[in-house]
Amino acid sequence: MTKKIVVPGEKITSDDKFLPGEGTMKQGKDIKALRFGLYEENGRLVKVIPLSGIFMPRRGNVVIGKVMDITFNGWIIDIDAPYQSFLPLSECPRYVNKRDLQDYLDIGDMVVAKISGVKSKGVDLSVLSRGLGKIESGITIRTNSNKVPRIIGKEGSMINLIKKETNTEITVGQNGIIWLKGDNIEDELFAKKAILFVSEKSFVEGLTEKVEEFLKKNKPKKISKK
Amino acid sequence: MDVTNLTKKRIKEYLSEGKRFDGRKPLDYRDIEIETGISKNSEGSARVRLGKTEVIVGVKLDVGEPYTDSPDEGVMITSCELTPLSSERFEYGPPKIEAIELGRLVDRGIRESGFIDWKKLCIKKGEKIWVLFLDIYTINDDGDLLDAACFAALAALFDAKFPKYDEKLEKVVYGEFTTKKLPLSKIVPLTFTFHKIGDEIVLDPTRQEEDSADTRITLSLSKDKDVAINSCQKGGEKDFTKKEMIDILAKAFKKYEESDELIKKLKK
Amino acid sequence: MKRHDGRKENEMREIKAEVGVVPNANGSAIFKFGDTVAIAAVYGPHPLHPQHLQDPRKGILRCNYDMTSFSVTERKRPGPSRRSQEISKVSEWSLLPVLKLEEFPNTVVDLHIVIIQANASTRCAGINAASLALAQAGVPMTGLVGAVSVGKLDRDIVVDVDKKEEDFDKGEGATDIAMAFTAEGEITLLQLDGKIQEDKMKEALEAGEKACMEIIEIQKKALKSIKK
Repeated sequence: MTKKIVVPGEKITSDDKFLPGEGTMKQGKDIKALRFGLYEENGRLVKVIPLSGIFMPRRGNVVIGKVMDITFNGWIIDIDAPYQSFLPLSECPRYVNKRDLQDYLDIGDMVVAKISGVKSKGVDLSVLSRGLGKIESGITIRTNSNKVPRIIGKEGSMINLIKKETNTEITVGQNGIIWLKGDNIEDELFAKKAILFVSEKSFVEGLTEKVEEFLKKNKPKKISKK
Repeated sequence: MDVTNLTKKRIKEYLSEGKRFDGRKPLDYRDIEIETGISKNSEGSARVRLGKTEVIVGVKLDVGEPYTDSPDEGVMITSCELTPLSSERFEYGPPKIEAIELGRLVDRGIRESGFIDWKKLCIKKGEKIWVLFLDIYTINDDGDLLDAACFAALAALFDAKFPKYDEKLEKVVYGEFTTKKLPLSKIVPLTFTFHKIGDEIVLDPTRQEEDSADTRITLSLSKDKDVAINSCQKGGEKDFTKKEMIDILAKAFKKYEESDELIKKLKK
Repeated sequence: MKRHDGRKENEMREIKAEVGVVPNANGSAIFKFGDTVAIAAVYGPHPLHPQHLQDPRKGILRCNYDMTSFSVTERKRPGPSRRSQEISKVSEWSLLPVLKLEEFPNTVVDLHIVIIQANASTRCAGINAASLALAQAGVPMTGLVGAVSVGKLDRDIVVDVDKKEEDFDKGEGATDIAMAFTAEGEITLLQLDGKIQEDKMKEALEAGEKACMEIIEIQKKALKSIKK
C-alpha cells in the first residue's frame, strides 16, 4: 500500500471509528494532520509519520552522538535533537577514572549510547549496556532520522542486506546517525552510498529489489573477503 | 554537527591514497553551476553552485567622490554576509572575522589583477567617479565558500551593465539600465584556495574536508603577458613547509593554464 | 479596471514554490510572486542559548528577515534596519498561531528569510516560503499560512500589488495592505499604509482571503511534489 502524503491541516478522515494518534489532531468531527508526512492506519488509530524534521528523543532509543564538552562529572553530547544530552560518569563502566574523563571520551569523539531519560531540559544517556561506548574507528554519516525504520527494514532485512553485500559492520542510531566500519574505506563508502540510496528512495515500492540491483551494479572492484 | 574526529581520520587516511569520499581527485572541483541575472534590480548578479555549496553575488553601482590619492579612478567596495540561512555555524549579527576575511580576499584578487579598468570608471576627475559595490551572500555552506564567491563575483561582473546616469542632476536613475557593460580587460583573475589535510593538498573541499584541514593558502592569479600571482594569503593555525609551498605554486599555475573552459563558463 | 501589466483585479502574478532548496536546513523553500523572490530556511527546534531566553512552557520561534543589498534598485546597505526588524517580528507573529511548540519547551526554532529580488510584497513572499519551510522541518502545525498584499488603487481593490502599483498616485492614490490567513480563515497578519474606507476594507479582506486560500493550495502541491 503506497502511503499518502499529507500536509499540516489536511483532513484525513471524519469517520468517527478512528482515533487521532501521533502527528494528528481532532477538530470537531475531523481528524487532521498536524505534521507533514505519511499517514497510516494502525487498526483504529490514525498516525502521521513525519517525512523530515529533527529527531525526537525517546527513552530506550540507541543513538550515536558527538562529544561537545567535558564537565567535572560527565560529557555533553550532541545527538542532533532539540535538546542537549548528557552522559554522566555514573552511567559509564566502572573503569573510567573520574580524573581522566578526557581519556575515555574526548571532545569530537563519537559514542553509541542509550537514552535513559528525557526531561524538558535535556536528555540523559547511558553506556552501561553491551554494544555501547566510544567508537574507535570507521566513519559516521548523518541521515534523516525519519528514514531510520526504512533503512533498518522489516526485522532488519534491509540493513542486513547492506551489511552483507558491503562487508561492513553497521550500527544505526535512532537519531539518524549511522556508524559504518569496514576493513577498508572503499567498503565503508559503498555502504554509505547504499544507505543514502535507501534514504532517498524511501517511499518507493519494491525498494528491496532496487537496493539489491544497486548493490550489484555498484560493487567496488576490490571487496575484501571476511 | 561538525566533522567528527573519526571522520577526520578517515578523510586523511583516504587522501594519503590520493582519494576523496566523493570520488574526486585532490585538485578536482565539484560540479560547477553558474547562473547570472538572479536579481533584475541589480546592475549585475550571479549564483554559483559548487556541489551543494551555493553563493550569490550582486553588483550595484552608484556615483561618489574619488579617494584623494586616486582622483581619476573608480572605487570598489566588497562586503560578505555569511548568512545564518546557509549554515547553523553562522550567527545573526555584524560580520565576524570569517566574513570580513572572505570579502577582503575576493576583493584583493580582483582589484590587483587589472581586470577592471578603474580609470574608465571616472566621470569627472577629482569630483565624480563610479562606486562599484560587490556584495556576497551565502545560501548553503558545504565548504569552499571563498572560491565559490570568487567565481560568482566574476560572473556578476561579466554580467553587469551601467545604470542610467542623469548628467544634469549628477545622480544615478535607480532601476533604469543601459546596455553598456563594465570596463573589463582581458585579464581574468582566478582564485584558488589550497587546503592542507594531513600531508595532502586539496582544492574545493566539502565542509567536512575543510573542517579537517590544518591550514590553507589562497592564491589569485591572472594572465596579462604571462600568468602572475596578484594576491596571496595564508590562513589557518598550522604551517606549510617550503617544499609544500613550491608544490602549491606549481599546482596553482598549472590550474590557471587549464581554466579556459571555466572562464568561458563565467563569461556565459 | 486595467492594471499596468494586464492582470485582472483578483489575479496574482505567476507563483512558483519549491521545497528543499537549502540542503543544510531542517526545512527550506523558495517562493515567488512574479519577480519577487524569497528564500526561507528553518533550523530546529534546537537548544536555545542563553538560558534566560528559554520558555519552559514551549519552544519559541525566532524569525530574521533580510533583503540582499542587490534585491532592490537603490542598494540597501547590508545588515538589519528598523524596517527589517519590524518585518521579522510581524512575520513571526503571522506564523505562531499555527505552530504547536508546547512539545518542545526550552528550545528555539530559527527561521531565516532572505529576499533575493524585490518587486513589492516581499514580506508576503517571505511568509509563504516560511510556511513551507516550517512544514518541511517537521514542526507541528495546525495548518499552512498564506500571505498576500491587497491594494486599493484610487477606489479599486486589486490583489498582489507590485512596485508600480505601490507607487500609483491617481485619485486616492495607493493603499497597500499586507495580510495573511490560515486555512480556517483566521487573520494572522494585517498591516496597511494609505487611506481606506470601511466598506473598501471589508472588500479587501474578502479578496485577500480568497487569494490566500489559492496560495495555500499551491503550497500543498509544492510539499506533495517534494523529490525526497
